[in-house]
Amino acid sequence: MGEQILVVLQQEAGKVRHVALEALSLAQHLRPGQVTALTFGPGSESARDVLGRYGADRLVSLNHEMFASYSSDGFAEAVRQVENMVEASAIIFPATAWGKDLAPRVAGLLEAGLASDCTEITSDADGRLVAIRPVYAGKAFATVHIDSPVQTFSIRPNIQSVKETNRSAEPLSCPIELSAESFQSKVVEVRTQATDAVELTEAEIIVSGGRGMKGPENFKLLDDLAQALGAAVGSSRPVADEGWVPHSYHIGQTGKVVSPNVYFAVGISGAIQHLAGISGSKYIVAINSDSEAPIFKAANYGIVGNLFDVVPSVTKAVLALKAEQ
Amino acid sequence: MKILVMVKQVPDTATRIRVGGDGASIASDGIKWVINPYDEFAIEEALQIRERLHGEVVVVSVGPQRVEEAIRQTLAMGVDRGVHVKTDVALDSYQAAAALAAVARQETFDLILTGKQAVDDDAAQVGPLMSVLLEVPQVTVVLKLSINPDTQRLIAERELEGAIEVVELPYPAVITAQRGLNEPRYPTLPNIMKAKKKEIRVELLESLGIDVVPKVRITALTEPPARPVAKILTGDPLEAAEQLVNLLHHEAKVL
Ligand SMILES: Cc1cc2nc3c(=O)[nH]c(=O)nc-3n(C[C@H](O)[C@H](O)[C@H](O)COP(=O)(O)OP(=O)(O)OC[C@H]3O[C@@H](n4cnc5c(N)ncnc54)[C@H](O)[C@@H]3O)c2cc1C
Ligand SMILES: Nc1ncnc2c1ncn2[C@@H]1O[C@H](COP(=O)(O)O)[C@@H](O)[C@H]1O
Repeated sequence: MGEQILVVLQQEAGKVRHVALEALSLAQHLRPGQVTALTFGPGSESARDVLGRYGADRLVSLNHEMFASYSSDGFAEAVRQVENMVEASAIIFPATAWGKDLAPRVAGLLEAGLASDCTEITSDADGRLVAIRPVYAGKAFATVHIDSPVQTFSIRPNIQSVKETNRSAEPLSCPIELSAESFQSKVVEVRTQATDAVELTEAEIIVSGGRGMKGPENFKLLDDLAQALGAAVGSSRPVADEGWVPHSYHIGQTGKVVSPNVYFAVGISGAIQHLAGISGSKYIVAINSDSEAPIFKAANYGIVGNLFDVVPSVTKAVLALKAEQ
Repeated sequence: MKILVMVKQVPDTATRIRVGGDGASIASDGIKWVINPYDEFAIEEALQIRERLHGEVVVVSVGPQRVEEAIRQTLAMGVDRGVHVKTDVALDSYQAAAALAAVARQETFDLILTGKQAVDDDAAQVGPLMSVLLEVPQVTVVLKLSINPDTQRLIAERELEGAIEVVELPYPAVITAQRGLNEPRYPTLPNIMKAKKKEIRVELLESLGIDVVPKVRITALTEPPARPVAKILTGDPLEAAEQLVNLLHHEAKVL
């Protein structure tokens, strides 16, 4: 079993994020039949169906009460032990807040090299994995070789294609030995920001506003367009700094990095730090009154015009299209 | 309270990145070097903690000669002294963490603050790797930090996708700073004058006994493919909007 890939996943009540399915599909593609998924928390075995369907050959569910809430040191030590038992030569994490916290800790324990936030993983002639990852906020892409015996990776959400298979993951029990001392850092509360909106990093369509929006009250225009499109709303940094929108909206080099199918940049000039966060978008649509704005250089489609006229018109056109469908 | 802040010098975020002649690293000419933006939040937090609880703030940076300038800037913000681990070799995250951990062991510490990620390699690894090497707990991407010196415990709020996670842990510990933690101060003239007299201890990388073989190698660096020239629509907003939606539906097939 030396060529196993261990896919380390977060679940909640048997539900997993889309990136979990991406990670499994990718692992199954790289090492067919050799994919072990690892989940944590009571009830984590209830994710078995969906994990199997998307590429897990085996499932380790650490459903002990001590894994009910996250602890970076406790979980990392558990991953280390599972890795030893299944003798995986590669580990894939999602590059979510959870995975980005856990992956380097596990890499440290295993003295393994880690490639973070990868957009591509392939297998070389010797069966070793090679990653491509954006660096300098997407201004360049690095091809990365990891030389340690165990290779570890985290993958950026919304990039890999997902493939359903008809497998069912076989449960695998892994006795873990952990004491309370391994759980120093403990999550005591999770405050969900009351919203049913799509998370930016997972959104297929994003409508994003910049300083051209003039004030917080005008974001209603973007909310309307977003609702018509089933999109999430984001922003440039100054707009979040001004408090027109929550900080969680801020996209760019020092904010969120997004990779939607379509990114609408509305009243955003297209500064290099903003572009850094959106370069993974498949299509960029710019709406700006200044035909010279740099955003048009990054865009696939653009409308030069006053956003206060253009945005409601786009909303109208989208609603008309949806009504036809 | 003795606080170590790990500071990396990186290309300014507005710098245009070009691939160098070796095809595996960036062309270094014309780059403006700055303190990693997230490290500024780490420095500010350390200074605020010192103002409340007293003690010392020491900045540690691994890198070539030019890094001294970055350390000097942190001294002008109010940091007490600096340690410069000098090397011209590009290290991987594990080696950088090992070098920083070696200095941390020499110095001893109650808290280590780092940025959540360096905006050059975008790795977000060095903080957690150090915390493993030093056998202390970690919290990453921290938006709010409170310290209870009586119980020697921390409460930190960290950012998740659409949620805030509250984490409790004992210290010594490693904290990685996210934007929003605080508002970094600017150097003041008196502090700039004082900074000239503050100590920067130079430590040669070779003397720290870290593994010289990297675990991670970059074998190629490429620039992202250029986007095709945009289709720009002008004129009547309603017509332009209809054309746009039409293009997104029929041509791009994303609506
Ligand atoms: C270290 C560092 C990190 C940074 N990180 C980020 C980051 O992560 N994300 C980020 O976004 N920025 C970041 N910035 C800031 C960045 O440099 C720009 O200042 C910022 O992106 C500009 O925001 P904007 O496009 O909303 O505003 P502006 O540049 O002011 O652009 C507003 C645009 O709106 C247009 N406009 C105005 N009125 C109308 C109208 N009625 N109709 C249509 N269009 C209109 C204008 O033509 C203009 O193009 C960073 C800066 C630094 C120094
Ligand atoms: N060479 C270095 N010298 C000092 N601190 C560093 C160095 N490399 C990384 N760090 C610290 O680790 C953080 C995360 O870096 P990285 O893991 O490279 O994204 C940075 O924000 C710094 O605080």
